[in-house]
Amino acid sequence: MSDPGLILQNITIRRDGRVLVDLSDRIDPGDVLTVMGPSGSGKSTLLAYIIGTLDAGFTASGRVILNGIDITDLPPEQRRVGILFQDELLFPHLSVGENLAFGLRPTVKGRAARRDRIETALNDIWLSGFADRDPETLSGGQKARVALMRMLLSDPKALLLDEPFSRLDTERRDMIRTLVFDQARAKGLPVLLVTHDHADAAAAGGPVHTLD
Amino acid sequence: MTPPCASTSARPRLLPWAPLLTVAIMVGPVAAGVLGTLAPAFGVLPALGGTEITLDAFAMLFDWPGITRASVLSVTTGLIATTLSLLVVSLICAAWSGSAAFRVIERALSPLLSVPHAAAAFGLAFLIAPSGWIARAASPWLTGWDRPPDVLILQDPQGLSLIAGLVVKEVPFLLLMTLAALSQIRTAQARDTAMALGYAPVSGWFKTVFPRVYAQIRLPVYAVLAFSMTVIDVALILGPTTPPTLAVQILRWMNDPDLSLRFLASAAALWQLALVIGALLLWRVGEICVAWMGRRWVASGRRGGGTRTVRLVSLLAATVSAAAIVFGLFGLLVWSFAGFWSFPDALPNGFSTRTWMRHAMGLWPVIGETLIIATVATLIALLLTLACLEAEDRHGLKPGTRALWMLYVPLIVPQIAFLTGLQTLAIFTGLDGNRTAVIAVHTIFVLPYVFLSLADPFRAWDARYGSVARALGASCDGVLWRVRLPMLLRPILTAAAVGFAVSIGQFLPTLLAGAGRVQTLTTEAVALASGGDRRVISVYALTQTAVAFLPFALAVFVPAIVWRNRKGLRHV
Repeated sequence: MSDPGLILQNITIRRDGRVLVDLSDRIDPGDVLTVMGPSGSGKSTLLAYIIGTLDAGFTASGRVILNGIDITDLPPEQRRVGILFQDELLFPHLSVGENLAFGLRPTVKGRAARRDRIETALNDIWLSGFADRDPETLSGGQKARVALMRMLLSDPKALLLDEPFSRLDTERRDMIRTLVFDQARAKGLPVLLVTHDHADAAAAGGPVHTLD
Repeated sequence: MTPPCASTSARPRLLPWAPLLTVAIMVGPVAAGVLGTLAPAFGVLPALGGTEITLDAFAMLFDWPGITRASVLSVTTGLIATTLSLLVVSLICAAWSGSAAFRVIERALSPLLSVPHAAAAFGLAFLIAPSGWIARAASPWLTGWDRPPDVLILQDPQGLSLIAGLVVKEVPFLLLMTLAALSQIRTAQARDTAMALGYAPVSGWFKTVFPRVYAQIRLPVYAVLAFSMTVIDVALILGPTTPPTLAVQILRWMNDPDLSLRFLASAAALWQLALVIGALLLWRVGEICVAWMGRRWVASGRRGGGTRTVRLVSLLAATVSAAAIVFGLFGLLVWSFAGFWSFPDALPNGFSTRTWMRHAMGLWPVIGETLIIATVATLIALLLTLACLEAEDRHGLKPGTRALWMLYVPLIVPQIAFLTGLQTLAIFTGLDGNRTAVIAVHTIFVLPYVFLSLADPFRAWDARYGSVARALGASCDGVLWRVRLPMLLRPILTAAAVGFAVSIGQFLPTLLAGAGRVQTLTTEAVALASGGDRRVISVYALTQTAVAFLPFALAVFVPAIVWRNRKGLRHV
């Protein structure tokens, strides 16, 4: 890997001529960049641009470079950028295990091998035996963990967090936050966190960029 | 920056063409049909020797002694039926929305909607006829009748029974449209604010909510008006006969073996179209007048009252209208199993399965034909609708208000006005008289309903599920097939059920496109109307109802079974 990390090069996003986002920065593997701003300030727009799902109503320029590869023009599914939203967005028609299987790369072949991998993953997030459960019957903290694991199983090269902790109560928030940042650090993933919560920024510990 | 799904594929891209194709399928035949009506109306139809533009057909039309009566009937039935339906629906919503009773009404809606017009009309006819259930129930103890009274209730010359038949079927339709509109507006807030200012609930609703709701249901109301003015099947069952309504008379001329009457029929169809346009304009003027009076009423600051009276009246109206369908169907059921049944007995002397047995053999092929046509038309409509909605997402092809009007073109332009022309065109191209032609014409009418019922749930789907799935490595098609469609299973099946019911209910399109050779449950049932054998009619009308209802039942039960362990999808 030449030049590891996530580089945001002169990114400008406009809507109706108004500049919503203007950002240049780099995030090294394992580091966290926090972007703060009130709602409507374009935080989520920036993430949509990076994962490649920006609505046609916006005009954007600038490059997104991940581990030395320019991913700006790649379709979302080829970018290897994982994202967690404020809601867990577990697919309601799939079981917990099927949700994880949706994330797990097809490079893990064979039914038994995939099932084992998913059982191990559930074990890692203290949810052994939950594979056949309806995601809707899980608690908020459990859903958050499944969503995190589903994303990690897709083997992302960078991690985007769109206020993922704001729905959780204080106690769970600390636990999930620690879990997410520990996993990212262990896997050496650059993390971009958008939030309006100063506690999130403080826990992330990295540089903070403010949008207005 | 292109939208996320627009590029990257080297395959020929068909999806962006879906909206255009859909509009062409809906508007194309209507336009062609109107042209096909226009030319012969002015005497131009080379195949029948008409090569010069003349006004002869119009002269014939206005010489026909029934023309005034038939035209007036068309306008009065349309305006009265539409006004009554709208009144009942808005009173129910004003007095009851948000209450427990309202939820009961909401739940009763889908089954009532699925009852085909013809079946509802037969049911109503068997209730209110001089020898019907109502007269039997009141005889002889109240009325003293020991034989059916000699009064013209059914097919009365004023078209009152026709209006009644239309109202009982249009109330559920308008109510459904109103509910959809209500869910888009924060009505509870507006009404609560009005009530906090001292307004009675009903006046509060009419002053704050109704104007916004009406703006949303205007097109459905226009469709109801146009439909009520030109309906054929209900008019054949409940409408006056000498003269009949204009639409029915046009059909008679169309079916006449004397082909030269085609000129007359075309002129009359054009005249019918003019009447509909005139009535719509009149309605629009009425809207403006009501809006003007409404503004003054709002400005007057009167708080209103009479909540209890309105509640009572509206509930009574809704109950009577629903009961007319329910008891009507129940009456059909009794008749279909009835043995000897003399007046004024409330029930037959005995029950037997004889009528059903005797007609079972004949019914099966008709059921098969009906199902094939409805299934294919619904599948085409569903495919086009999903393609349009997906194209809207992928290619940013957002439809405007004008596109919405397009959807209503086949519903507002009277069937008789353009199907007449389509058939004239079809005869000389040899395209009519088979199942394919019937399916093609059904699709025109199924498509708008499928689109209207699927568009809102499809658009309301949380697009972030798509973003997550893409980030997890799914392609655009993967998101559609593996995430979006499964999540939308229930609304898709509901839309399919609506489309199915619409296809099954089609009378005129089946008759004209099939040239009388394609027989569905509806054409058979209506054809039996003139024979007057209540037992056979009941068998056909009930079968028609059952076939239309089945998909609604499936739309409820299939998702309930498939997603039985998926709480998150229970209310989608």
